[in-house]
Amino acid sequence: MNTRLKNRICLGLMASFSCLIIISSPNPAYAMHIAEGFLPMSWAVFWWLLTIPFLVFGFKSLSHVTQKNPELKLLLALSGAFGFVLSALKIPSVTGSCSHPTGTGLGAILFGPSVMSVLGSLVLLFQAVLLAHGGLTTLGANIFSMAIVGPWVAFVIYSIMVSCGKQKLGIFFGATLGNLATYVVTSIQLAIVFPAVEGGVMASFIKFGGIFAITQIPLAISEGFLTVLVWNWLQSYAINELQTLKLLKIQEG
Amino acid sequence: MSNKKVITSQSKNKQGNWWLISAVISLTVLPLIFVKGDFEGADTEAQKLITEIQPNYKPWIKPIIEPASSEIASLLFASQAAFGAGVIGYIIGFYKGKNNH
Repeated sequence: MNTRLKNRICLGLMASFSCLIIISSPNPAYAMHIAEGFLPMSWAVFWWLLTIPFLVFGFKSLSHVTQKNPELKLLLALSGAFGFVLSALKIPSVTGSCSHPTGTGLGAILFGPSVMSVLGSLVLLFQAVLLAHGGLTTLGANIFSMAIVGPWVAFVIYSIMVSCGKQKLGIFFGATLGNLATYVVTSIQLAIVFPAVEGGVMASFIKFGGIFAITQIPLAISEGFLTVLVWNWLQSYAINELQTLKLLKIQEG
Repeated sequence: MSNKKVITSQSKNKQGNWWLISAVISLTVLPLIFVKGDFEGADTEAQKLITEIQPNYKPWIKPIIEPASSEIASLLFASQAAFGAGVIGYIIGFYKGKNNH
């Protein structure tokens, strides 16, 4: 990688960290999934209906992958386990509160967003049923944000950056922005249901989004780094599998 | 800043994994040192924000199973992470072993 790009990345990182320090407020905020019962029934049904086609499609591509390349089941398990670990880690953030990463970027990059929709839903189901974290009525909405929008954003950003020849950066930004997108969608979902008395949905979105997104930024960056870390391992030890997934056609630039 | 090296060291033998790990650790630890806050990541606080906007809103359904205490909840979260980390370790180890033969 050339020095100019290196400097630009360094500058960008410094700028974003400075922004973080400036905007971080001491008010505690809690960016997590939408809790049980906190979406009215009509909205809960709406998000469920929106989610189901993605899940059906996800199950289809999942069985397609496992039937066509049974040797990839291990990588599939790895992607699910990565989501499992990361969504269990509540990490302190610059806003003086905690949130957790999503871990859906890796699977989305390896297997595509549809497969990750299923794996992410499993993680959310586990947390909703056993941990009272999220909920069954709000599961549709939470699946939509974490297991559909997040993986799709990760996948699209990764694909764009790969076409520019920047694979590893694509993995980092894909995972990072996929994580952020998840919580932006959560903010939208809450803002629609709970518009502010003054300013309506938009004011409410800025309120939720400001809190959620800022808490999430350092976590998203961490998730990006961790995703690159696992990718590095796979690149060292599981070259054949990555080649089966046609992920190694691009040489590092 | 360590992040510079994270992205640039891409050679196959030195992928900068240690830089990645230390960056993640510092991103986690630095807020704890420099930011004042109670770090009480509880879902109840998010619910407070909602009741602030709509004081009349009452959740219309309760979770089926709720962890008996925060200790039990942390046990379940720790089990979740342990299970996932175990699977990741197994798979990476499996690939590494396979690669060596």
